[in-house]
Amino acid sequence: MANVLLEMRQIDKIFPGVRALSKVDFTLRAGEIHSLMGENGAGKSTLVKVLTGVYGRDGGTILLDGKETTPRTTKEAQECGISTVYQEVNLCSNLTVAENIFIGRQPKKHGFIDWTTMNKRAAELLQRLSVRIDVTKTLDHYPVAVQQMIAIARAVDVSARILILDEPTSSLDEQETQKLFTIIRQLKKQGMGIIFISHFLDQVYELCDRITVLRNGKLIGAYDVDKLPKFELIAKMVGKSLSDVQDFEKREEKSQPSEEMFLEASHIGCTGSLVDMDVAIHKGEVIGFAGLLGSGRTETAELLFGIHEITHGAITVNGKKMHIKEPMAAMKQKIAFCPEDRKSSGIIEDLSVRENIILAMQAKDGMFRHIPYKEQVKITDDCIKLLNIKVSSREQLIRNLSGGNQQKVIIARWLATQPELLILDEPTRGIDVGTKSEIQKMAITLAKKRGMCVIFISSEMDEMVRTCTKLIVLRDRRKVAELENEDISSENVMRAIAGGEG
Amino acid sequence: MEKLKQFTSSSLFLPIVALAVLLIFNAVFVDGFLHIQLTEDGRLYGRLIDILNRSSSLVILSLGMTFVIATSGIDISVGAVVAISAAVVCTFIGGRGDGIPEHPMVLAMLAAVGAGVVCGIWNGLLVAKFKIQAVVATLILMTAGRGIAQLMTEGQIITVYYKPFSYISGTIPGNILPTTIFIAAAMVLLVVFLMKKTSIGLFVQSVGINPTASRFSGINVTLVIFLVYAFSGLCAGVSGLIESSLIRAADANNAGLNMEMDAILAVALGGTLLSGGKFYIGGSVIGAITIQTLTTTMYALGVSADQLPVVKAIAVIAICLIQSKRCQEIFDKWKARHMQPDNPEEKAVNKA
Amino acid sequence: MKFVNNLIASKYFSFFVTVLLFMILYAVGIMTYKGFMRPQVFFNLFIDNAALIIVTVGVTFTLLIAGIDLSVGAVLALTCMMLAYLMENTGVSPALAVPAVLVVGTAFGAFQGYIITKFDLQPFIITLAGMFFCRGLTAVISRDTISISNPFYVGIASARIGVFGLGFVSVGAVVALLVLIVAAIVLGYTKLGRTIFAIGGNESSASLMGLPVFKTKVLVYTISGFCSALGGIAYSLIMLTGYNLHGLGMEMDAIASSVIGGTLLTGGVAFIPGTLFGVLIQGVILTFITFQGTLSAWWTKIVIGALLCVFIIMQAFITAHKSRLSSKSSLEQTTPKNGPANP
Repeated sequence: MANVLLEMRQIDKIFPGVRALSKVDFTLRAGEIHSLMGENGAGKSTLVKVLTGVYGRDGGTILLDGKETTPRTTKEAQECGISTVYQEVNLCSNLTVAENIFIGRQPKKHGFIDWTTMNKRAAELLQRLSVRIDVTKTLDHYPVAVQQMIAIARAVDVSARILILDEPTSSLDEQETQKLFTIIRQLKKQGMGIIFISHFLDQVYELCDRITVLRNGKLIGAYDVDKLPKFELIAKMVGKSLSDVQDFEKREEKSQPSEEMFLEASHIGCTGSLVDMDVAIHKGEVIGFAGLLGSGRTETAELLFGIHEITHGAITVNGKKMHIKEPMAAMKQKIAFCPEDRKSSGIIEDLSVRENIILAMQAKDGMFRHIPYKEQVKITDDCIKLLNIKVSSREQLIRNLSGGNQQKVIIARWLATQPELLILDEPTRGIDVGTKSEIQKMAITLAKKRGMCVIFISSEMDEMVRTCTKLIVLRDRRKVAELENEDISSENVMRAIAGGEG
Repeated sequence: MEKLKQFTSSSLFLPIVALAVLLIFNAVFVDGFLHIQLTEDGRLYGRLIDILNRSSSLVILSLGMTFVIATSGIDISVGAVVAISAAVVCTFIGGRGDGIPEHPMVLAMLAAVGAGVVCGIWNGLLVAKFKIQAVVATLILMTAGRGIAQLMTEGQIITVYYKPFSYISGTIPGNILPTTIFIAAAMVLLVVFLMKKTSIGLFVQSVGINPTASRFSGINVTLVIFLVYAFSGLCAGVSGLIESSLIRAADANNAGLNMEMDAILAVALGGTLLSGGKFYIGGSVIGAITIQTLTTTMYALGVSADQLPVVKAIAVIAICLIQSKRCQEIFDKWKARHMQPDNPEEKAVNKA
Repeated sequence: MKFVNNLIASKYFSFFVTVLLFMILYAVGIMTYKGFMRPQVFFNLFIDNAALIIVTVGVTFTLLIAGIDLSVGAVLALTCMMLAYLMENTGVSPALAVPAVLVVGTAFGAFQGYIITKFDLQPFIITLAGMFFCRGLTAVISRDTISISNPFYVGIASARIGVFGLGFVSVGAVVALLVLIVAAIVLGYTKLGRTIFAIGGNESSASLMGLPVFKTKVLVYTISGFCSALGGIAYSLIMLTGYNLHGLGMEMDAIASSVIGGTLLTGGVAFIPGTLFGVLIQGVILTFITFQGTLSAWWTKIVIGALLCVFIIMQAFITAHKSRLSSKSSLEQTTPKNGPANP
């Protein structure tokens, strides 16, 4: 066995109200590529941030080469030889390539920056990584893939021994990814320890030697790649053992979709976010978009709601072809959308529950057709009762509610507009179990009783299995499978995500 | 006790206390400050009335500024727009010595207010459509605006001898209160009406707090931002009428000078955060009156008009510091140490 | 077509436009007015605008980190007033008065920078307050004009430095040129300068790369304060007075010059020679108005406002053009999420 480079033991990290990591162990050997896997909120990025000194830790030890270390800032971590390349390229696009690599430790001559030496050294460094570009041009001349490699070059040049790659491939295409992998393998041969975080399973299997799986801040285990089939990995990530998945198929009474078509999207896509997607939604149908993060499930929802405009394909609503350019256009077609990120794009945190609920309805009516206060109160009270929202009063600020109740308020905001299609993007993320099942039941009830269409997007497999009458599986920004009725099971979904292997 | 607590945490607490302190100071140190008498021609006269009269144009300006700041923008061109509006109204009426107007006064007034709106629309276009930072966009008009006003008056100070023109800032015969107070009251009522009968207030607040979520809820963010600047222009236009009538002339260099600072200060004092979000019309109005009282008090103490900004600048910086997040954090820590959590149950829900 | 694309995407494009505009304006001047040909007209541009050049350099530093400094004109006025007051009313020698006012201006800049950075406040509010504070303070020192009659100081003010026998420049102009050279070197060849660029490009990246962000931001406002004070000295060398309304609206002139010279208001891009030409363009416009004789001075303000608008909008187009070019060069490009500005 190669020698151990880094050992993290019994790491604890507590955020106000949440235990982000509890007693997590992690070991990295020299010359290995080690993947950290887990769904959102599993604690991957928290673990990395504890390692790189962005967060302090609340318990546990970090041993680097057998010696205990506690980096307090990114700079200190870099000095210990721990470098990170983030998902969004953290470089300055207005500086030259060479400068981005050397800023903060530029070579000097007579007290001034020696540009000639710097450019020469940058070119040499990039050549070693087989990237041939003009280092004197500014960074914004190059595509994201090259920027990613420049970021790696910078990380490597800080005489790094541990390199952390956080979702480095999420914005690269196949060819670019392969080039990146060549570089990573090269670094591995030089004896570096590499932590690779990615949502793309194929890439993890192609590149990595070992996998550590986290779920809900807890360590599930560390495995050799060749001893862990993809299927089992997914099961571990979403929290089911294989036998569980096969047994567990408890079903609620699902809704029966009618024959009438509400919305049909054929071959829609948007450059950079979605390649190709087909959906047909009937009235009274609960349809699920399954897939890992970045697979195109949220992107599809955003296109249907007009957050971004489609660049190809067509959307038909009620038999008429529609141009959905902005949210209002979608709202006029009675489409509603509860976004994934509640805090940044859902709630208006300093406004009251009442104001948050009537917001979309008021926007739809226009600002001069003011809804009288009495009516607002009535709508709010109805919604609070219907969705069982726990508030001290309807004038309570939404920021003071728990996550689950905030989510209910956002759903109430859209139900008030009487939509025919309700898109729920991760409606149950980060909320307690009781509220979760309430929201699932609500989705079914809406479809059954009101004949509403619901698009349900979730990372939790059994939630989707329990609520949806049809599941569309996405991978790598395109649709890969469509499951209906009897075929809907966690097992089948996972197989589809894993690409037919098992 | 409970009521007192409610009052101290209300948004009006700070401006009202500031106003009260100033008024008490004046009442003690300035002779006859509280004295109001009825003059022979049937007008109310006194220092208090004078403060209300003088604060009207600032009240109007701060109405517009409140909306702009609520969308997390700023409009530093209001002073220059006041000068433009003053120049327009005076050139329309004309400076004929015999007191005969060249155009009807109503037309002149409408033109002046219209000019203000045009300026506001210009700012709105730059900020909302071209997405130029609000400071820079309005800085253009702040400096170029005075040039435009100069052009209109051809560099002269146009003095208007037409009698009714002075009624705007003075008293219409038969009334006991100055007209400005009625104009300001009308503008405040207009805003209150807009707040009660339309949803502009709601939209402005949500755009200021979270533009992304507002867009996701179907609000036309660009339009809302555009409208607030146009409204700020309208307010500056009306303010310009009062300012020019006060001296019965258009002085492109000095009309509305330093008023942008006063307006920002009034809004900040009124409890609206300079970073945008929730806004308080009532607070801004009281804030504006407070600023005018401060100005009057300073004059009484022998501080000249051009020295006054020192005091106001310090006030702005102090309010900014108090409003800043870091200060809030320190305050919260202090509070947490000295008080019991008010609702432990709610905390538990939050954790879940 | 490709050539045009590359030209527009070049980082010097804005600079080329500015130089071209300057040359066109100058050529028009030569063709229209008789005296314009004299070299001294060109040197006068430097003499008359020495203060603006220095102030603009300071403002460029703040714009580089996507900040702003609105207090420059007022600090300049305060400096003139303090100089005049110290030399005339208290009889302090210029050798003491000049360093003293420089220290005051620098300290004021540092104070603003500290408040802005430490409390994370919007720079425009604090510097706007700073502007009012300094104007007010100037009036507190004296509400009337104070003329400077110190013989040594007047001697420096009227000193003429010959240039190849073609004409002459003033001491202020030489100082301004020195400031330009120093600024160009600092921005191009020191760690401080490059850190300023990095912060302007992406502040959170800069901080993740381990650069001293806090220190640098405070320093930038300190530099701006220093430049305003130095500009004030250059201004007083021309006016030889201290007056409350000196440098009124200069913040706008400085920002306009900087933007016309290629500085991006969103930070991270600036070019010191461009800044110089930005000032010179304003100087030429002013010279036009002087030569014309019938045009009024407030036309300058309007023209500069309009120019600023045009250049800002041009910048927006260039930025859009650039991002289109770089998205073409990549097959897959990440689109910014949630951006309302998304086309």
